[in-house]
Amino acid sequence: MTTKKGMTRRQFLAASALAGGGLLLACHLPFGRRDAQAAGENEFAPNAYLRIAPNGRVTVIVNKSEMGQGVYTSLPMLVAEELCCDWKKVTFKASPVAPEYNHAQFGPLMVTGGSTSVRSEWDRLSLAGAAAREMLIAAAAKEWGVAPAVCRAENGSVLGPNGKKLGFGALAPKAALLPVPAKPQLKGGAKTILGKPLHRLDSPAKINGTAIFGIDVTVPGMLTAVIARPPVFGGTVKSFDAAKALKIPGVKQVVAVDAGVAVVADGFWPVQQGREALSIQWIEGAGAAVDSAAMRQQYAKLAATPGLVARTEGDAAGVLAKAKKRFEAEYEVPYLAHAPMEPLNCFVDLKAESCLIRTGSQFQTVDRAAAARVAGLKPEQVTLETTFLGGGFGRRACTGSDYIIEAVQVAKAVKQPVKVIRTRDDDTRAGYYRPMWYDRIAACLDDQGMPLAWQHRIVGQSIVAGTPFESAMVKDGIDDTSVEGAANTPYAIPNLQVELHSPTNPVPVLWWRSVGHSHTAFVMESMLDELAAAAGTDPYQYRRALLKKHPRTLKVLETAASKAGWGKKLPKGRGRGIAVHESFGSYVAQVAEASVNAKGQVTVHRVVCAVDCGKIVNPDTIKAQMESGITFGLSAALYGAITLKNGRVVQGNFDSYPLVRMNAMPRVEVHIVASKEAPGGVGEPGVPPIAPAVANALFSVSGARVRSLPMTPATVLAALTVKK
Amino acid sequence: MITFFVNGKERQVDVSPDTPLLWVLREKLGLTGSKYGCGEGLCGACTVHIDGTPQRSCITLVGDVKGKKVVTIEGISENDPVKKAWLAQEVSQCGYCQPGQIMSAVALLKKKPQPTDSDIDAAMSGNLCRCGTYGRIRRAIHSAAGKGATP
Repeated sequence: MTTKKGMTRRQFLAASALAGGGLLLACHLPFGRRDAQAAGENEFAPNAYLRIAPNGRVTVIVNKSEMGQGVYTSLPMLVAEELCCDWKKVTFKASPVAPEYNHAQFGPLMVTGGSTSVRSEWDRLSLAGAAAREMLIAAAAKEWGVAPAVCRAENGSVLGPNGKKLGFGALAPKAALLPVPAKPQLKGGAKTILGKPLHRLDSPAKINGTAIFGIDVTVPGMLTAVIARPPVFGGTVKSFDAAKALKIPGVKQVVAVDAGVAVVADGFWPVQQGREALSIQWIEGAGAAVDSAAMRQQYAKLAATPGLVARTEGDAAGVLAKAKKRFEAEYEVPYLAHAPMEPLNCFVDLKAESCLIRTGSQFQTVDRAAAARVAGLKPEQVTLETTFLGGGFGRRACTGSDYIIEAVQVAKAVKQPVKVIRTRDDDTRAGYYRPMWYDRIAACLDDQGMPLAWQHRIVGQSIVAGTPFESAMVKDGIDDTSVEGAANTPYAIPNLQVELHSPTNPVPVLWWRSVGHSHTAFVMESMLDELAAAAGTDPYQYRRALLKKHPRTLKVLETAASKAGWGKKLPKGRGRGIAVHESFGSYVAQVAEASVNAKGQVTVHRVVCAVDCGKIVNPDTIKAQMESGITFGLSAALYGAITLKNGRVVQGNFDSYPLVRMNAMPRVEVHIVASKEAPGGVGEPGVPPIAPAVANALFSVSGARVRSLPMTPATVLAALTVKK
Repeated sequence: MITFFVNGKERQVDVSPDTPLLWVLREKLGLTGSKYGCGEGLCGACTVHIDGTPQRSCITLVGDVKGKKVVTIEGISENDPVKKAWLAQEVSQCGYCQPGQIMSAVALLKKKPQPTDSDIDAAMSGNLCRCGTYGRIRRAIHSAAGKGATP
C-alpha cells in the first residue's frame, strides 16, 4: 500500500513540477491550452485537476468517465474538501486524454474501472486542492503584507487578521503568478465536504435532456452508419450486393469494414432500412460450430480433471479421499451481456492529419491508440473527447476497442464526419460477454460440522488471454480475475485447493461489473450454505464462526443480519438468504427475502445490504451504487443468459434478454458501516452477494437448491423436483 | 411535409411518413433528450407525450402524429414537481433512461395524482433502468404526488 500511495504522491509532484507555476501546467497540455484560452487569461490553473475563474467558479477536471457512479461529484468533493471552496461554485469538466490524467495506480493508461476512481484519486485530488489553497492563501497574504500562517481559507474565501477577507475569484489571477508548492499540506481537522450526502452536480443535465451522451453527438454534415455483422464470431464477408440498399432515399454509401458491411446514410432510419435491404454472403468459419450447450459438456468434462493450482492450503485431495462423507456440487453461470441502456456508438471526424473522436469510453488511452493505428496517425493526433456514458459496466473498457475501430474504419471510407450506432440487437449480439463459468466443488466437514476440506475447480475463459494485458495479469497460467473471490476466500478452511481451467473459444469475453466475483460469490456463498444445511447449522451463524479473523467481513455480515431481522418470523411463504463477499477493497453483505410460486417464479421482496467501503466521500452515492449493484446482479440472477446455437447468439432485444423492471424490484435498504480504513470501491461490490443471497433465500423457503443461473422457472422447478 | 406540434411550437418536417418519431425529434429537430434504447417499444427510453398520452416514439411513425401535440423531456418545465422530486431524491445515475422515466411519471401523475405502488408498477414497468434507480423513482413519484417519500 505504501508503494501505491508513494507513487500517487510522486506522480502528483511530477505533474506539479512540470507546471512551474500558474497557468503553465494547463498550457503544456494540448487540450489544456485551448481550454485555458477559451476560459480567459485570468483563470487560475494551479495543476491539471482544477481551475478557478475570476468569478470564483471552481472547475474540477475529472479524469474518470461518468457512467452512473457519480464521479463528476465524488471527485470534485475530494478537491473541494482541501481547497476549502464554496461547494455551490463547483462544477466539473471531462478531462482530455493526457498523461496527467492517467490512472494513478494502473500505469500509463487513462481508464475508469475496477471500482477504483475514488480510491486511486483520493490522494492526488486532495493534494491538488491543497496546493491551490496554499497558493490562494499565499496570494492573499502577499496582498495584505502578512504571513500566510495567520491566514486561512474557508468556504471560497481567504480570511486574514482583523477581519480581512478576499474571495477565491479575486485572488485567482494573483495566485496564478505564484510558484506551485512542492509539498502541499493537507488541512487536517474536521471535514466540511467529505462524508456529506451532497447532491450530484450532473443531475440537472440528466433530467432535462441536455446531458450529451455519445449517441447524441452531432455536427453539421454528419452521417450515420450501422454495420451488418457476421452471424457468427470470427465470420467474414464473402461478397455483398448493395444495389437495393443504395436505392433507399438517404443512403449514401455501403462499405466493407473488418466488422462487416457498413451502411452509411443521412440518418438512423435510412441506415436501418438500408441494412435490411443488403444481400450478403458470409464466410462463417469455425465460429459456426460454437454452441453453448456443447460448451457446457466440454466444461463439465474439464472440471473432472485437475487444473492449474491457484491456491493450496493443507491437503484437500488427501483429506477428501479419506472423508466418510463428501459433498459435491456443480455450479454454472452463463455468458452475460452488459446491456447498457445506451447501445455502443462512436462519432469520428477523420482528417488527413487529425482525428476527433467523441464517445463514451472507459478506456481512453487504449481506444485512442487503436484509433490512431487504424487512421495511420500518431496517438497525439487523435483527440478523444469523453461524453456521458449511458452505462458502462466494463463494456466501454474494451480490450479490443471494437466499437472505436469499426467507427474509424467507416470514417476512413466515407471521408466525412460519421457516427456508427449499434442497434439493441447489435449491442447484444456483437460479443464481449461475461464468460460462461462451470465450477465443481467437493468438500467435507469435521466432527463439529465445519468445513475441513474444500476442492474447487473453476472452468471458464480468461478475459485477458490474448490481449495486451495478458502478460501483466496472467501469472503462471492463472488469470487472477478468473479465481478472485474463490482463491482468496476469507473462510477458515484448513484444507483448500482452488484450480483453474481456461479453455479458449471464439466468443469474445470481457470484464462485466464485478468481473470474476460475479460468479465466484454465487458459487462460494451457495456452497457454504449447502454445508451449513448439511451441518444442521444456521447459515448466518455458520459464516460467523468461519470469519473470526476477518473483522470487517464479519461486521457487515452482522450488520446486514441484524438490520434484516435475521431469525425473526417472516410472512408465510417467504424465506431469507444471506451472503457476504469482499471485492474491490470493500465488504458487502446482503440478506434477501424471497418467495416462489407453483410455476417456479421467484419474487424478491426485500434486500438489506451492509457495506464497509472504508472512509467515504458521499454516503448517498454509496447507497445508490449498492442499490444499483443489487439491481444489476438481480437481473443476472433471475433472467440473464446469453446462449449460442450454431454459432449464433440467440438473444437480441430486451424481450429475449430481460432486465429487472419496476414491478420486480425489491425494497432495498443500505447500511453503511462506519470505517476509518483506506477507501474501497463501490461501483461493483454491490453485485456479487445478491445472486447467492436470493438462491439461499429460495433454499430456505422451499428446500430447492438452485446451482445454475439464471433462476428461470424451469431451473427452479427442476430444483424443487430434485428436493422431492 | 408533415406538420405537428412539438413542445407547443408548430414544426414542419420533410421526411418519409414511415420514419419513427424518435429519429425525427433527435435528428431533424435536434431534441436529443428522447433516447434510443431498443427500437421496439421495449425499454421506454424514447417516451414522449402525444396529445397527453405517454407513447414510445421509437415505434410511432411520424406520419401518425400529423397535427398532434408532442411533448418531449425538453418541454417539461424545470418547476415540474416530478423534475424537482427527481433532484430531491437524487434518482439519476447514468441518466440515459431518465428522460423516458420522467415522461412516464409526469403522465402517470396527470392521470392519477395520488398513485398507489401498484399504479406505479403498472405505469412505470415499461421503462427499463439498467442502473437500478427504481426504488428512488418510486420515492420520487410519491414525493411529487405530495405524499412524501415512502420508506
